[in-house]
Amino acid sequence: MITSNFSKNNLSLKEILFSLDYFLILLVLFLGIISIFAMYSTEQGKFGYYTQSHLYRFFVFFTLFIIISFIRIKILFRSAYFFYFLVLALLLAVDFFGITASGSKRWINLFFINLQPSELMKIAIIIFLARYYYKIPSDNVTNIKYIVTPIFALVVPVVLVASQPDLGTALLILISGLIVIWLTGFRMKYFLYSFSACILSLPVGISFLKPYQKLRILTFLNPERDPLGAGYQIIQSKIALGSGGIFGKGYLQGSQSYLDYLPEKHTDFIFTLFSEEFGFIGSLGLLLIYILIIYRITKIGSYAKNNFAKLYCFGFATAFFVYVVVNMLMVLGLLPIVGAPLPIMSYGGSSMLATMLGLGIVMSCKVYQNQNEVN
Amino acid sequence: MLGSPQTFQNKATLISRRMFILSSLKIIVFVSIVSRLFYLQISENIKYKSLSDKNRLREWKLTPQRGIIEDFYGKKIAKNYQVFQLHMTPEDVPNIEELFFKLTKIIDFSERKRKKLIRKLKKRKPWETIIISDNLSWEEFSRLNLFLHEIQGIKPVVSLARKYLNNGSSSHIIGYVSETSVKDLQNNELLRKIKTPGLKTGKTGLEKFLNNKVIGRPGIQRFEVNAFGKRIKELKLIQGTPGQNFRTTLDQEVQETAHSALKDKSGSVCVMDVYTGDIVSLVSSPTYDANKFVHGISQKDWDLLLNNDKKPLINKPMAGLYPPGSTIKPIVALSALENDVISTKHMVECKGSISMYGQTYHCWKEKGHGFMNMRSAIKQSCDVYFYEISRRLGIDRLSITAKQFGLGKKSLGSFDEEQAGTVPNTKWKLKHIGKGWVLGETLISGIGQGYFQSTPLQLCLMMAQLANGGYEITPRIIDDKNKIQPVIDAWYEELNYQNDDFNLYNSGLKKLYRNPENIKFIHDALYGATNEPMGTSYRSRLTKPEYIYAGKTGTSQIRTISKEQRELKLKNKDLPYEQRDHALFIGFAPYKNPRYAISVIIEHGGAGSSGAAPIAKTVLKKVLDRHEIRKKYIPNFFQEI
Repeated sequence: MITSNFSKNNLSLKEILFSLDYFLILLVLFLGIISIFAMYSTEQGKFGYYTQSHLYRFFVFFTLFIIISFIRIKILFRSAYFFYFLVLALLLAVDFFGITASGSKRWINLFFINLQPSELMKIAIIIFLARYYYKIPSDNVTNIKYIVTPIFALVVPVVLVASQPDLGTALLILISGLIVIWLTGFRMKYFLYSFSACILSLPVGISFLKPYQKLRILTFLNPERDPLGAGYQIIQSKIALGSGGIFGKGYLQGSQSYLDYLPEKHTDFIFTLFSEEFGFIGSLGLLLIYILIIYRITKIGSYAKNNFAKLYCFGFATAFFVYVVVNMLMVLGLLPIVGAPLPIMSYGGSSMLATMLGLGIVMSCKVYQNQNEVN
Repeated sequence: MLGSPQTFQNKATLISRRMFILSSLKIIVFVSIVSRLFYLQISENIKYKSLSDKNRLREWKLTPQRGIIEDFYGKKIAKNYQVFQLHMTPEDVPNIEELFFKLTKIIDFSERKRKKLIRKLKKRKPWETIIISDNLSWEEFSRLNLFLHEIQGIKPVVSLARKYLNNGSSSHIIGYVSETSVKDLQNNELLRKIKTPGLKTGKTGLEKFLNNKVIGRPGIQRFEVNAFGKRIKELKLIQGTPGQNFRTTLDQEVQETAHSALKDKSGSVCVMDVYTGDIVSLVSSPTYDANKFVHGISQKDWDLLLNNDKKPLINKPMAGLYPPGSTIKPIVALSALENDVISTKHMVECKGSISMYGQTYHCWKEKGHGFMNMRSAIKQSCDVYFYEISRRLGIDRLSITAKQFGLGKKSLGSFDEEQAGTVPNTKWKLKHIGKGWVLGETLISGIGQGYFQSTPLQLCLMMAQLANGGYEITPRIIDDKNKIQPVIDAWYEELNYQNDDFNLYNSGLKKLYRNPENIKFIHDALYGATNEPMGTSYRSRLTKPEYIYAGKTGTSQIRTISKEQRELKLKNKDLPYEQRDHALFIGFAPYKNPRYAISVIIEHGGAGSSGAAPIAKTVLKKVLDRHEIRKKYIPNFFQEI
C-alpha cells in the first residue's frame, strides 16, 4: 500500500524525489533569480559585490533547502529544542562577542560567516513551539502549567533581540511565536487581555525606546515632518514607487535608486527598486509569487497528518506572510521603518539562511506528510 | 488523554480552523497592499513622476557670449577674449576654510577676497556655482591644474570676458561691464530671468543702453544628478544665443586723435555728421581703463578715479553741463534775425562795457571793439552788441530758438547719464527758482551765461543743425541701415530739388528757420570768425581750401568777477584751477558744403580761442582726412567737398 509506504519512517530516495513539492521549489528558484536581477540593478548594472555574494548565498542556501527536505521529520522534531537553544546561545554570544554596526550589535563572527542569530530565531521559535505543543491537547493549552514555558521561550529571545537593539526583528519573532501559540487553541480572550495590557503599558514602553526608534514612529506618523532627515527614506521610497507607474521605468532605468535617492536599496527597500523598474504590473507579479509560496506552505500544512508538521507549516506560512507584508507595508509608507527584510529578495545571508532553513523543514513535512507520529 | 488519535484529530481541526481565519486575514492584507500600490503607482503616478524628475534633474545656465561693439568701419571697440576662471560648487567642497587656505598658496587670493566670498556664500544655495576668480593669469591657471587633484569642489574654466580695445578714448561712450549686482537685478527683469553665475552687466554708456540686446540669451545644460548633487550625465544642451553685435557711428581713429589732443586736459570733443546726425566722435577726458572694471576694480584704482579733480568717471560730452558762453551767439543772432528785431546792418558802439538797468555789463574786451555790425560782432564776439540784441529779442523768444536747435533737451535720450541742460525763460525761472525774471538776466543770457546750461553734445547738435542749412536732425550713435536710408533719401530730395521752381516735394525734413538768408548770414559770420583777421579763432584756421572751416569760440565764466578783481586784471593762468574759465569752440567743416560739426570744451581751459579752437583744428583736420573713407559707407550729398 502506498499509504503505508509513506507512513514508513524511512523513504527511499526515489520516493522522496517523487514526493517533493516541485511547484514550491520552482517558485523559490524563480524568486531567487528575480532577486539576483534586482541586486544587479541596485549596482547600476554591474556584476558587483552585492550581486555576486547574493548569487552565491542564494545557491548555497537553496541547496541547503533541498538537503533539509531529505531529512526525516522525526530527526527534525527531535532536534527542535537543540536548535532553539543553539540559536539562543548564539544570541547570548552576540551580547558578549557581537559585531557592532550602525549602532546596534546584531552579528556574530563565525569565521566563515557573519551570522545574525536573531534571523534564525524567527525559525527556531516556530519549531520550538510546534514541538512543545505537539504533545499538549488543545483543551490544556490555556492551563497555566503549559503557558509558562512558551512565554519564557518567547520572551527571552525577544528581549535579547530588542536590546541589541533591533526592534523590527524582535517584533517579528514575537509575532511568529504568538501565531503558533494562538493556532494551538489559546483562548482568544487571553490575547485580548494581554493586548489591552500592552496598549496600557505603551506609554511606559515608549519611554524605554531609543531616541532613534521614537523618531521612526514620529516620522511614520508624518513623513513630511523633516523631509531631508528622518522622513527622507519614506518619502523617497514613495516617490520611487509612485513614479514607476503601471509598467515601470524599465529594468536598470530606475532613476531613484540609480541616483542613490533610495536608501537601503539592497535590503529593506529592494521591493521599491523592483517596483520602480517594473511598475504596478511587476509588483503584482512579485506579490503573486509570494502569495503562491504562502499558499503552497499552507497547503502542505493542511495535508500533514501530524500536528507538529501542521503547526510548523501554518506557523511558518503565517510568519513568512508577516515578513513579506511588514516589509511591503513599510516601504509603502503604511508602517514605520522598522528594518524588516523581504524574504529571499533582500540582501542578507542570515535572512536567506533562515528562510531556506524554514522552507527546508516545510519540504520535509511534505515528504513525510503521511506520518502520524513524529516522536 | 495524551496522544490519543481523537485528541489529535480535534486539535488538527482546531488548528485548521484557526489557520482558515488567518488566511482570510491575509487576503485582506494583500488586497490592501494591492490597493496601496494602485493608489501610488496609478492614481498618484503623475505627482510622483514629477517629484522624481525634480529629484534627478538639475539645470545649469551657460553664460551667453556678449555681442561685439564695433566702430563705423567694423573695427572692434568692445570684444570678448578668453579668460581663465576658477569656479567652485560649495556642496562639493568638504572644507571651505581648508580650500581657501590651499588657494592662498596657489593663486592670488587675498584676505579681502576671502571675506567677500564667504559673505556671498551665505546667500547662495550649496549647488550654485560661485566664481572664486574670474581672471587668472596663465601661471596661476596652470599651477592650479597641477594641484587640482588635491582640491575638491573647484573647477578651472576657460571662459569669455569683455575686452575694450580703445586705450580709453571710447571708455565713456562705450561704457563698461561689471559683475551683476543685486540692484541691477532689481531694475531689470530680463537680468533676473537670465542670471547665470559670472554674468556681466553693462553699467554705463552703450554697454548699459544696449545691455538687453548685447547680453545674449543663456544656454541650458540639463544634468541628471544623484542624491548627493553630483552630475551623472548631461541630458540636454540648449546652446545659448550670443548677444547682438552693434556697429556704432564712431570713427575709432578720430576718437584716438581727439583723445590725444585732449591729453592732460579735462574736457570733451564731439563730432557729428550734419546730415545724418552720426556721432563720429565723442571723447571725454581724462579717461579711465574700462578693462579694469570687468573683473572688479581694485579699491586703490577706484579711489584714484573718485578723488581725481578732473572727474574721469563723468561722460563729459553728455553729462557735463557748461554755460555755452559765446558759442550761443549764432543762435541769438539767428533768433533776432528770424524775429526781425534787428537788422544785420545795425551798428552798436562797443566801449568795453555798457550800463543798463542800473548795472554795468562788461565786454570781454576791456578797451571795447568800437563800432560793430552784426557780422563783426559775431566774428569778434562782441558782448556789448549781443547785450543789445538780446535786450531787443527778449529771453522768451531766444529760448524758443535755442530749444528748436536742440538745447535744453537730451540729444540722444538713450543714456542714463545724459543731461538735459537748461534753457531759461521767464516761466522756467518762476517754476524752478520761484522768482520773476530780471531784465538784466536777459543780457547775460544773450552771451550764454546766467542760467544757460548745455552739454557739449547739445552744442554740437546745435552747430550741426545750423551747418546743414537749418534742418532738424536726430543724432545717432548706433548704425542702423534701415533707419538711416529714409534720412538719406530725404536729404537727397531736399538738396537736389530745393532750387527747383516746382518744389512741391516734401522731403519730410523739418526746417528750423523762416528765411534761408539768415542761415547763410550766420555761416558767413562764422567763416569770418575763423578765417579773417580779428576773428576769434583766426589763429587756429586751416588754410588749405578743402580744410577751411568756420566756427565760434566761447569762454564761459564760472565765477562772478567782482569790481576789485576786474581792476586787478587777473589773467586766467594766475587763477586757481577751479576758478579758471571754460574754453569752448563750436564749428563746422568744410565751410563750403558743410559735412561735420564739432564742439570742443576744455574745462578751466581759459579763453576759447586759445584753449579750445586749436584742438578743434586738429580733430577737424583728421575728420576731413577720414571723409574719403567714410564717404564709401554713407553717400555724399554733394559733388565735391
